[in-house]
Formats: sequence, structure tokens, C-alpha cells
Amino acid sequence: MTPAIELAGVSRLFGAVRALDDVSLAIAGGEFFALLGPSGSGKTTCLRLIAGFDQPTTGRVMLHGEDVTGVPPFQRSVNTVFQDYALFPHMSVVENVAYGPMVRGVGADERRRLALEVLELVQLAALADRAPSQLSGGQKQRVALARALVNRPQVLLLDEPLGALDLRLREEMQIELKAIQQRLGITFVYVTHDQGEALSMADRVAVFRDGRIEQVDTPRELYVRPRTAFVARFVGSANVIEGALARRLTGSDRVFAIRPEMIEVRGSDEPVPGGMLSCEGTLEEVHYHGATSRWHVRVGEAVLTAVRAEAAAAAVIPAHGARLRLAWARESLVPLEER
Amino acid sequence: MPSRRMRAAWDRATLGQKIAAFAGLAFLHLPVWVIFLYAFTTEDRTYQFPPPGLTLKWFEVAFARADIWAALKLSLAVASVATAIALLLGTLAAFALARSRFRGRELITLLFVLPIALPGIVTGIALLAAFKMGGIQPGFWTIVVGHATFCIVIVHNNVIARLRRIPPSWVEASMDLGADGLQTFRHVLLPQIATALLAGGMLAFALSFDEIIVTLFTAGHERTLPIWFFNELFRPRERPITNVVAVTVVLITLVPILLAYRLTRPNDTRG
Repeated sequence: MTPAIELAGVSRLFGAVRALDDVSLAIAGGEFFALLGPSGSGKTTCLRLIAGFDQPTTGRVMLHGEDVTGVPPFQRSVNTVFQDYALFPHMSVVENVAYGPMVRGVGADERRRLALEVLELVQLAALADRAPSQLSGGQKQRVALARALVNRPQVLLLDEPLGALDLRLREEMQIELKAIQQRLGITFVYVTHDQGEALSMADRVAVFRDGRIEQVDTPRELYVRPRTAFVARFVGSANVIEGALARRLTGSDRVFAIRPEMIEVRGSDEPVPGGMLSCEGTLEEVHYHGATSRWHVRVGEAVLTAVRAEAAAAAVIPAHGARLRLAWARESLVPLEER
Repeated sequence: MPSRRMRAAWDRATLGQKIAAFAGLAFLHLPVWVIFLYAFTTEDRTYQFPPPGLTLKWFEVAFARADIWAALKLSLAVASVATAIALLLGTLAAFALARSRFRGRELITLLFVLPIALPGIVTGIALLAAFKMGGIQPGFWTIVVGHATFCIVIVHNNVIARLRRIPPSWVEASMDLGADGLQTFRHVLLPQIATALLAGGMLAFALSFDEIIVTLFTAGHERTLPIWFFNELFRPRERPITNVVAVTVVLITLVPILLAYRLTRPNDTRG
């Protein structure tokens, strides 16, 4: 099947800065695809190239198999939800949503009907005649979503759409966005720097770093089998084991990742079952998170983090500086590519 | 509208400061009130105080004078055309300079704004010399060109200030939803800059309407209203007529300036 979106060898230079460096990517129709990365990693540039707000320096952008490189945004069948919502302040909610049909020459009654229909979808039909300035952040977000959906695009681009909302609202909107995407069956390309958001919502995630794609995978694969130290650290904050410690534990010069929840914490004199790797260290800090706590343990030059369920940790409360033994199954060490 | 803070500051001021403030205002405004008062005097040669009597006769006399009407019409026509040119070119320039980054952009902005900083007498001499070199007879259009040099700057400054407050994402959102450049201008940008255009246009009109220095060099034999005033100074006959015309001009120019002031005040209704 032809991918809904395809980037082929795309680079974007701003002066001497490579915002995107030879990126190739294929996104299937109906997929919820996240572009994840820290700020300045190129994920938003990538989105803007798909929308047509910006053009690649080299490479091609294709939508549904058709080369759209150089095609202006108003001739592309994609729509965008902007980070700052970009609602037009001189128009009411319903006029904002009806903007797409209006510039396409749809009559006044018909476009109002279309707009109300989409506002119904985002549960805002009751506020149709308000001005954007009278809405809360969450409501503005929904209007922006409705406005982008009214043209019935095959692809919806979302640029950190929940970035300005508070935590509770954000979680609510995550569920709702996912539901809307599944109901409409359209492709979502979702830019975020929040790995939790990417993991919980997306079918697949592309991790960006310095204008390049580090790894494209399902959330589960990304988490279980990160390919590089960067992905391991950025997605779910893994421990990276390298150098002397890696040599001592595995006898190899490779770099490994291990998830904090895979590490068991024991007393320094407790026996370790066969088949497990272990090392001794000093407890430096314990961060309490309610259901869990994170234990930072210094092992030689490295500080490893272990996550313990609070219920299990309650029995033993060692003092800072206490000697501890960290142990984990050999299989939970994930070998990484060097970079 | 006096804010609470202004009122608090006023309450804190000493008596001396209050008197000084009023004296300053009086210094600025008394000459204008003198003109107002002596538009109604019965005595037509001197400014004796108090006026021996008050009359509306001078309004009637002024109304009947064809030279005043001709000058007024010319000034209104020049101001209208200069403002129209300024609205078009000033807006185009503001869009070019606000939305793009290119080499020499700062220099172009400076060159663009310079005419308003340049003394009028320099602009006047320069234009006169240029017109002579080009073999162009001074007249209506040369006055218009002279006035347009600073009217464009007024419109440009007003529009660019407003454009800088418009997030680029509005234009992108419009394009994203299917609007081409012209539709985006009409439906998104124009409503946003409309009040800036109105305010800039009215200021430009008012400036053109009472401009005299550049006009003296570029008018040829034409007589705009300010030039008519200037000439009347050398003919002290019927002095109250000059005052009548001055009062009328004050009232005519006050309206657009007050409106422009109201429109450009930052409003807090924007989302």
C-alpha cells in the first residue's frame, strides 16, 4: 500500500544549521504516528515540511504517493492543529471552524452546518457563537481541532497540541484525541517532546535527535529494545552501562541499557541467585514518587537508578551511604549500537 | 480616561506641582483659545483685550470668499490623494519588511522612515531641485508627491507595528485551511490591520492637510490652505477672517486625530 506520507532523503538547512539531516520516513494511512524528540531536534521542522509551511533544501515530500515538494499548503490535503491554536480573534468559534469551507466557496448555511457538525464531535457546539477570547485553553484546543477536521483531511498534523494545558486536562485530551483518530480513521502525525504522551497514544514513534531519526518503532519496541543510548535515556530514562562496569559485568566492550524497574535492590550480604548479574554500590539518594520510589546508587563512576514499588521498599529503609547490592537478570541488559 | 493610578498620583502631588501642571497646559493651549476668541471680535485690526464686542459676522464674510474655498478644496484634494497613495504603498512596504528576512532589510527600513526625520525644508529643496531637473511643472501632483513622502511613513509605521503583533501561525493556519495569499489577506490580515490603516490614514491626512514647508517648495502657483494663511499674515486686513478659518481647520483636524487616538489605543479584548 502507498504510504500516506513519505519523506525521501529530506534535509532542511537554516544557514549552516542542519535542522533536518537526510531524513527518510514512511507513515501508513490511518496510523497514529508520533515525532518525539527534545526541542531543536527537528521534529517540528519535519511537520512543517509535511504541511507545506516550509520546503526541504534537498529531498522530496510525498502525500499518498504524489510528490508535493514545492506545493503550497493551501493545495495539500493535510490540516494542522497549531501549538498556539492560531484561532482568528475577529471570528466567532463557528466562523473559525467554518473558515476552511468558506475559502473553498461553500455557502453560508452549508458551512455553518458543517462547522456545527464538527463542533459536536469535539463537544463544543454549545459555545459556537462565543469569541475565542472567551474560551479556556482546553476549549480553544478543541476549536483548533474542529477547525482542522472540518475539511475532512486524510492527514492531520498536530504540533504539540496539548503543550499549554495542565496535566489533568492533558490526560483527558490524550484519550479523546486517540478516540477521535480511531473513529475517523485518519492519519495523525503528532509532534511532542513528552515521551509518556508518545508512548501512550502512538502506534509508532520516530525519535529525533539533532535533525536525524534515531529509531522508528512501536512504543513497546522502543521501550524494550532501544537501539541507542539516546533512545534508551530519552524514552523511559534507562540506565546506560558502559566502560569498566560493562566489561566487568559482561566481559564485553559494548554499551548496554537496563530499565530501572528491572534492577533489584538487595542488602550487600544477601546471596544473588544464579544467572543474575550483580554489582555493589552506595545509596546516594532516594526520590519518593508515591506508588514507587527511585533509588540512585553509585557503582564506581556510574550512578544507576532502580525503581522499587513503595510497598516492597517499606520493609527496608537504608540510610544514605549504605552499601547495597544491585542485581538483575542477564536478559534484561539490552545491547546498544555505538554512536 | 483617568486611571486609578493616575488619580493616586494626582492626590500625592503638592500644590506647587499642581499649579505647575496647569501652567504648562495653559502655555500650550492659550494661544489656541486666543484664536478662538478673536474669531468673534467686532474689531478687525488689533488684538485688544477684552474684545470690544462679539459677532458672528466674520463667519459670513469668510463663507463668501472664493479664495478660501479654493484653498480648502485644494488642501482636501491633496490630502485625500496623498493619503490614498500612502495607504497603498505604506501597507505594501510594511508587509514586505515585517514578514521577510533579507540582507539590507534594516537599511531599507531606515531609508524608508528617514523622510519623516528629515527637516521639511530639506525635503522641499530636494524635491524642487528634482522636479526642475526632470522638467516637471510644479502643481497639484508635485504637492501630492511631496506630502506622500511622509504620509507613507506614517501608514508604514502604524501597519508594521500591528503586523508584528500578529503571530505567523495565523497566516499559516489560514493557508493550511485552503486560503491562498489573497484570501488570507482579506479574511485574516485585513481585519487585524483595519484599525491601524484607519488610524494611519487619518494621521497622514491631518499631516498633509496642514503641511506648509514642503508645500511652499512644491506648490508652484497653487495655494493650499496653509499657504493661504501664510499669505494672509502679510495682509492684516480682516484679521478675524483668518481666525475664523483657523477655528474651522482646528475643528476639522481634531475629529480624525481624536478618532485615530482612540483606535490605536491597545485594546484588551484580544484573545
